[in-house]
Amino acid sequence: MTAPLLEVEGVTKHYAVRGALFGEKKHVHALDDVSLSVRSRQTLAVVGESGCGKTTLARCLVRLVEPTRGTIRLAGRNLTNPSPAEKREIPRLIQIVFQDPYASLNPRRTIFQTVGDPLRLHQAATRSQRREKVASLLASVGIGPQLMDRLPHELSGGQRQRIAISRALAVGPQVIVCDEPVSALDVSVQAQVINLLKRLQAEHGMSYVFITHDLRLVRSLADTVAVMYLGQIVELAEIGDFKARIKHPYSQALFSATPQAARAGAGKPKRIVLSGDVPSPIDPPSGCRFHTRCPYVQSICRESEPALRPIGTRLVRCHFADQAGFPPEPAANSPFPLGEGDR
Amino acid sequence: MSAILSVQGLSVHFPTRQGVVRAVEDVSFDIDAGETLALVGESGSGKSTVAAAIMRIIPSPPGIIAAGRIEFEGRDLVKLPENEMRRVRGSRIAMIFQDPMMALNPVHTIGAQIVEALTLHTNLTRRQALGRAVELLELVRVPAPATRVGQYPHNLSGGMRQRVMIAMALACDPRLLIADEPTTALDVTIQAQVLELIGELKAKLGMAVLLITHDLGVVGETADRVVVMYAGRKVEEGRVEEVFRAPLHPYTRGLMRVSDFEGGTGQAMPEIPGTVPSPFEMPSGCAFSARCEVAVEACGATRPVLVVRGPARSAACLLLDEGRR
Repeated sequence: MTAPLLEVEGVTKHYAVRGALFGEKKHVHALDDVSLSVRSRQTLAVVGESGCGKTTLARCLVRLVEPTRGTIRLAGRNLTNPSPAEKREIPRLIQIVFQDPYASLNPRRTIFQTVGDPLRLHQAATRSQRREKVASLLASVGIGPQLMDRLPHELSGGQRQRIAISRALAVGPQVIVCDEPVSALDVSVQAQVINLLKRLQAEHGMSYVFITHDLRLVRSLADTVAVMYLGQIVELAEIGDFKARIKHPYSQALFSATPQAARAGAGKPKRIVLSGDVPSPIDPPSGCRFHTRCPYVQSICRESEPALRPIGTRLVRCHFADQAGFPPEPAANSPFPLGEGDR
Repeated sequence: MSAILSVQGLSVHFPTRQGVVRAVEDVSFDIDAGETLALVGESGSGKSTVAAAIMRIIPSPPGIIAAGRIEFEGRDLVKLPENEMRRVRGSRIAMIFQDPMMALNPVHTIGAQIVEALTLHTNLTRRQALGRAVELLELVRVPAPATRVGQYPHNLSGGMRQRVMIAMALACDPRLLIADEPTTALDVTIQAQVLELIGELKAKLGMAVLLITHDLGVVGETADRVVVMYAGRKVEEGRVEEVFRAPLHPYTRGLMRVSDFEGGTGQAMPEIPGTVPSPFEMPSGCAFSARCEVAVEACGATRPVLVVRGPARSAACLLLDEGRR
């Protein structure tokens, strides 16, 4: 197996918050000791609810946020403590596509300017070549050259997201971080953008870190899945293992909660409805962070924090993950039924 | 069972300088008491405009209800004078919105906001109304309701706020609850809680629910019947099991294929090519024809009429028989 392209090791991000006057200083635990890796031409899906730290992770990867601790290495370069030369080089290696294409494009700049900027800043194309290069970038995402001098407000959401993708592609990065890139789009357009991302990966061979909460997208895109809860990874598995069996109770609940059209008429859905909300990341629960909502909670879960430990070929953060048959199957119509082969 | 709400031939138009936007065109459907009807469509399909027309909250200008009847409890809401409509709105028909932070007033306690709804529509005193507000919060399973009534929207999480909005909607025991994308802004585990709650309350209180959503998964798990809208028109209607098992319209079939896709990394996702036509450039024929995989020449020129196929089952497609494979 080849060495990983992107390595994240023990990355932690705490944000200081103002507590009561003279009170002790508190921190939002946005990310706690997150380690993962992505190999070349592979897609890692990062899954979780709001507040789980997935977007903070995405921002750390592209250096929009400086981690409190930990290191991120990309193709042998240190992203967390770069030399000035490396700092200039990093954007050519890793790019990001944001969730909301209505907010991520400058409304006053034309499509040509937006997509051409990275080429100009990184001297990837001379002035005379630039128009041609932008046209070919746009063509590769299915946008005709006649839209080059338009402004973002003249385009639909799907078109804007294609523009954002072509901007990320402009400098030929090895990794593209996609932060919920289709969740703001209509269902019929989502599939178009996902297929575009898949085709671009096949053509250019870059890796994706794909942040999402959509089960269908995980199935259709990911090679590896990382499930996050309150700033920690609770399960990290190859997609085949994950499809065959989910080992963490939170991953199980998360995926069983996603409503599925295919279940229509199958009677009352047998989903696991978690009680309560995600606890505050300022004061995460003691012991296992999921114990306040876990349907299988035991006394040990309240007292000691489980480590992220290997169970077979995957990593799981649960005291009971090594027990056979845990967690119990919720239903026959679970989105990841037992024994489904990897295809 | 007789329909509690009957919408007939509803058209809502927005005249603009560039031309008339026909946001809703000739839409008809019924909802029975105790039934959940889902109105499904993508952005621009007119589904939220239908809801706003029923509540009569379309600002005029720019919008006008150009044609149609909205019959509710024996009266046509389209013709109802505003002062009588105000007694229906929030009392007989209640509505919950996508974003509870936008729908709740940030400078009033949630108790005060529920009490306001109660004192407007019932004869309760303020003290009685406050007691009822606590009961309502308990009904929607807000923990520690007696404390929560004194808190402000910013003290609550997104899921809690949506529960408060549901409590407020239920305050006057409505016969019809309109839920406009009630769970779109929520996380999946919270979405599951809110959908369960709406289902339980519907059964307990016997009200009808008009659920507006773009998520076929939500439809499949909560609705009895479904109306699919595209570019302002109804393209298909039927019982959820039937529509999902054997969709008649190519648009519904496309949506189903996208939602049901279970393939892995090696396969392309099924997609519907193109985008919804601009409201100013609607084709004279079928609005879906440009994106349709089975369209023939006639589709671009002739607008299909709704063809009835069995009880409460219809679709608008010229190729209703050829298109099925």
